[in-house]
This record gives sequence, C-alpha cells and structure tokens, in this order.
Amino acid sequence: MKFVNDTPPELFTLANDADVESIAAQLPQLRAIALQFPKWVDGRAYSQARLLRSRYRFRGEIRAVGEVLVDMLPMLQRTGFDAVQLRSDQDEAAARRALAFFPAGHYQGDVTRPLPKFAR
Amino acid sequence: MYAYTDFDRQFVHARAAQFRDQLERNLAGKLSDDEFRPLRLQNGWYVQRHAPMLRVAVPYGALSSRQLRQLARIAREFDRGFGHFTTRQNLQYNWIPLPRSADVMDLLADVDMHGIQTSGNCIRNITSDALAGVAVDEIVDPRPYAEILRQWSTLHPEFAFLPRKFKIAISGAEEDRAAIAWHDIGLQLRKNAAGEVGFEVLVGGGMGRTPVIAQKINAFVPWQQILVYLEAIVRVYNRYGRRDNMYKARIKILVKAEGQRFFDQVNEEFAQILGSDDGGHEQLLPQAELDRVAASFTTPEGVQAQASQDILAGATGAYKRWLERNVHAHRIPGYRAVTLSLKRAGLPPGDATDAQMDSAADLADRYSSGELRVSHEQNLVLPWVRESDLPALFAAAKDNGFATPNIGLLTDMIACPGGDLCALANARSIPIAAAITERFEDLDELYDIGDIDLHISGCINSCGHHHSGHIGILGVDKDGSEWYQITLGGADGSTLSGAATPGKVIGPSFAADEVPDVIESIVHTYRAERDRGERFIDTVRRIGIDPFKAPANAQRTLTGQAKEVA
Repeated sequence: MKFVNDTPPELFTLANDADVESIAAQLPQLRAIALQFPKWVDGRAYSQARLLRSRYRFRGEIRAVGEVLVDMLPMLQRTGFDAVQLRSDQDEAAARRALAFFPAGHYQGDVTRPLPKFAR
Repeated sequence: MYAYTDFDRQFVHARAAQFRDQLERNLAGKLSDDEFRPLRLQNGWYVQRHAPMLRVAVPYGALSSRQLRQLARIAREFDRGFGHFTTRQNLQYNWIPLPRSADVMDLLADVDMHGIQTSGNCIRNITSDALAGVAVDEIVDPRPYAEILRQWSTLHPEFAFLPRKFKIAISGAEEDRAAIAWHDIGLQLRKNAAGEVGFEVLVGGGMGRTPVIAQKINAFVPWQQILVYLEAIVRVYNRYGRRDNMYKARIKILVKAEGQRFFDQVNEEFAQILGSDDGGHEQLLPQAELDRVAASFTTPEGVQAQASQDILAGATGAYKRWLERNVHAHRIPGYRAVTLSLKRAGLPPGDATDAQMDSAADLADRYSSGELRVSHEQNLVLPWVRESDLPALFAAAKDNGFATPNIGLLTDMIACPGGDLCALANARSIPIAAAITERFEDLDELYDIGDIDLHISGCINSCGHHHSGHIGILGVDKDGSEWYQITLGGADGSTLSGAATPGKVIGPSFAADEVPDVIESIVHTYRAERDRGERFIDTVRRIGIDPFKAPANAQRTLTGQAKEVA
C-alpha cells in the first residue's frame, strides 16, 4: 500500500455513485483512478475498486481519496486499492499496523488473494 | 456444534486484538468517539442509556455448555449478573464499562465466540431455526450452510459499510421457525425433483418504520452457487441502496422502488461474477467444504434411537402441561427437544441471571449432550433430550425457574429491553411485559386463550418484532411521555400464524397503565367471538380488527374516551 499526498495530472477521479461500466472503454488509457469516500462510512467505492480489478482487470493505480481513515486500510487493500491519501490528521504508523492484524488471512477471496479459505 | 479450526480460533483472537488497538487509541484520544463508533458497533458495542451494551453473537443460535458458562462468568464478573437473549438469537449485556470491553472480547475468543457484526451497517449474525438438526419436518439441515454463510460474511471487505444493516435468516424445514420473510434476505432450503439441494431466495423484507415482506427473487439457487448469489444481491444493494436518508436505506426500499429491475440487476451481476470475474468461479462451494463443515453437525455421540414412549401416558398436572407446551417432537425416536422458558414472573422476557446460565449449562451437560439453542422467541432449547429423562429434567428445570409451561402462549411474549436500558427506545417494554405477565398468571386461563404471539417493541426499530405479533405493542413517544400503539393480526410466517404480514393498528395510542386492560379486552373479545377450537389469529383474520376496537377503547381511563378511533 502506497501512502500518497500528491495529485498527479493523470489521476482520473470517478464519483462514488458512478457506474464502473461507464468508463470501461477508457480504462486502457488510464494510469491511475481516484475513488472517493465523501464520508468514511460510505462503502460504495469498495465495490467500484473490486469491479475495476476483478471484472475489468484494471492494472493501474487505484487510490482512495476523501475521508480516508486508518481503520479502513484492511478493506481498501482487500478490495484492490493500492494507494491511499489519508486524511491529514491520520497516523501512517497506525495505518500500517491496521494492515497487520490478520496475518493468516480471511475467509473470503479478495483482490489480493482471490481464493477463499476453503479453496486455498 | 461447529468445531472451530485453528484458523477460526486465531481469527477471533486476531479480531479481539484489533479491537483492543482501536479501543486503546480511543481511550488515548487518538481516535475520536465519532470515528470509533462504527468500529465498536461492528464488534457489538453500543453505548446505551447507562453504559455500553455488548451484543455477543450466537451464530444461528447454537451454544455449548462451555460457552454458556463463560457467558455466565462475564455476566457475573463484568456485568450486573444477567444477560438478555434476543430475537436474533444473540446475548446482550448492559452494564460493562467500555474500558473493560477488550478484556471481554478476549474471554469470548477463549470459547470460540465474538461480537463480530452484531451491529453496524453490515451483514449481521445469521439466524436460523432453533430446532435445526432435530426437527421432524426438516428438509435439509441448515446449520452447515449457516456456518458457511457466517464465515463468508465475517469481515467481508466489500460489504462492511453498506447503506444500512443487513440480516439474513435461513430455514431448512417445512415450518418456518426463523421468520425468514421478515429479513433482508430469507433463505429456504429445498430439494428439487432430482433430490438436489438448493435455496429459495427471498429479498427485501424488514420491520422498522416501513414493514415489508420479502419477495421471491429466485426459486432455486443450487447450494454450490449460494455465496455468489448473495454477493450479487449485496453488491447491487451496496451500489444502489439509498444513503441520503437512513429511514429509506434498507434493501426493502430499493427492492420496492426498483421492482423487477432490481431482480434483473442481481441476476445480471450473478452471471457476470461467474462469467467474467477473477476469482468468481473459485467462490463456488465444493462438496469437500460442505462435507468438512457438515462433519461438525452430526448427531452427538451416544444419541441413538430408543424405543419411543407415549410421554403423555399417565402424566398429570403441571408435568403434563409442561410436556404439552415445552417439549417438542424429535427426528430421532425416543428423543425430544425441550424449551427452557425464559418467560416467567419477576424477570424480563429473555433475561437470564448468571446462576441460571450456569444451571442451564448443567442441564445441557446432563440431558442434552452439552448443547443448547437460543430460540427466536427468546428461550433456550435443549435439543437432545431422551424421553426417559423428561421427568428428571422437568424437576430440575422447575428448581431453576425454567419450567413455566407457557411456550407459544400469551406470556411467552417477545420483548426488547426497551427504555429501561436502550437509548433508542421511546418507551419501556419491561414494565409492560411484567404487567401483562402478572395479569395472565392463571394457567387455566392462559391455556384457554391458547396459542398467541404477543410481541412488544419499545420503539419503531422493532427489535421486539411488534409488526409480526398476533398482538403487537409498540412504544411511542408523545411530548416526552410513553404511549403504546396496539396492532392486531400480524404474522411471522409460521403455519400457525399464516403468511408473514404486519399487524393493523386498532386506534390511537394508549397510556402504559391502560395496556394490560386493553390486552385483556382484546382477549375477552376473542373468547366471546371465537368459533369452537378457533385460535386467536384465525378469529382476528375471520372477523377483522373492528370488533376489537370499541372494547379496547373503552379501557381508556387516562387517555380519555373522547379520542376518535383512528
């Protein structure tokens, strides 16, 4: 997981109520997509990221922007985000720690580990 | 009982450690209360009227005696010596100080328990039939599937922050004892003509302000595909469910608004996951995984068919009544399932003291292979009792206050904790339940009234399922005081109650003191109007609610007789 604070010119921002399908044709041209968390408890972007990775095989950067808190990190990583712009008051060390609580993995398959526990 | 693997065990300990880290950051001022709230909710910690409330998950209601003893210990050492069993088969504590919460999570993890997703806008604890695995009318044992769904939904990364809470119930019997049509997703196990197992899937049910009965979205999803089908439903909901208004955020509103379009979207999503997604096919359940989980749900050692007895032969008095009401048929000859009633004078419905939890655990060890169930109706069930042990069990249950022979009767009421403990409630439930219990303590009268579902909720969140009660009581707040709206004719979807439907309001709200009189008048009207042998719900359905209104309104002493009937 990359912790970022810049806004590169090639970053494409997708609203969290937009359908991922609507940008399917553009995806080969995109290098980085920002998905939004207007509130941290609004979980729509998790589904967007999951679809971008699993269905559209998007290999560029997917970053989380908006109200991004350290305790979101496990969900972000598992749904396919590889970059986060933490809210300015958030502690990067705590964010890294948040990624380490389940070293043996989870039950479901996810973007980082597509096989569910029962298939591993 | 599902036997935790090493993976399962380290997982609940890891979850407890993660929670401790969050709690410590909160107590150190590094994580604000507002931002801690959704995190603690997803571990079962609410902050209530007096203290935090902890909701412990009892997945599909299955509990071992060892677990129940640990719950008793937590009640004794961390709470004020009691817990409350809920309609969703969970257990709630009310008095544990938040700084001690992480220690409690460790103690739960020690006995393979947790509070994961018992609250929050996520997939909640999966509920099921309290008689699963022992019922005579079982088509397919739902427990292996319920456990597989528990694992699938636990910390699902995509579905942790849905628009609103999401409840799944699963039934594997002819009789629906899990009120599945009242859930966001209701699953009914079926066998097709070829004998293959699958799920009839209902979607979009729920209580709250807008009671809605779930609709059938698919008549038969083969069991191997169920996780994919659920993912399709929850993903469509996560993307399109409303987030602008919490009262319109449940999936029932989306299903109602979109109708067939919602069904089409789900089926399209399902096809896409299997047709094109990385990892899609890998979610199909293999036989080996079903077999692995199902191996935990075999008949306990030592339980073998016995010569069956006519248990009622020669039975008299209180024992006979207990056999009639609290003892249930069993798929194994010579065995019965027995309900330990948590509905008795002096304690709120569903409550058990630490001593009672310990004695229920002892009874389970002695008479039920160490296993118990929490029922949707807030009682405990011993699922593996030999018929020859029934007299001894009756005596022991009586000594411990579990033998009230009232299962299915008026005083076997469902009630939430209400305003005494819950910060959301508009009105108290416990004193209403106590007053009605006191009013109907005569067993002869209770038996004459017969089968009746009385459900009490302290607010419109409907934790006490008032919508589905044959008689529903809903606490409402008017100008800061407590009032109670009474409904008639609701149904949970069981054979006795008929197709799931919300009850109808009989008039303006009543004052608390009037409620027992109103209930008595309703019962009186029923007894006057009923045909021979006709049950309450059938009378209500036959004559409608109008004949009940005038006698009920005549009970107004505090609210005034002048009020119009709504």
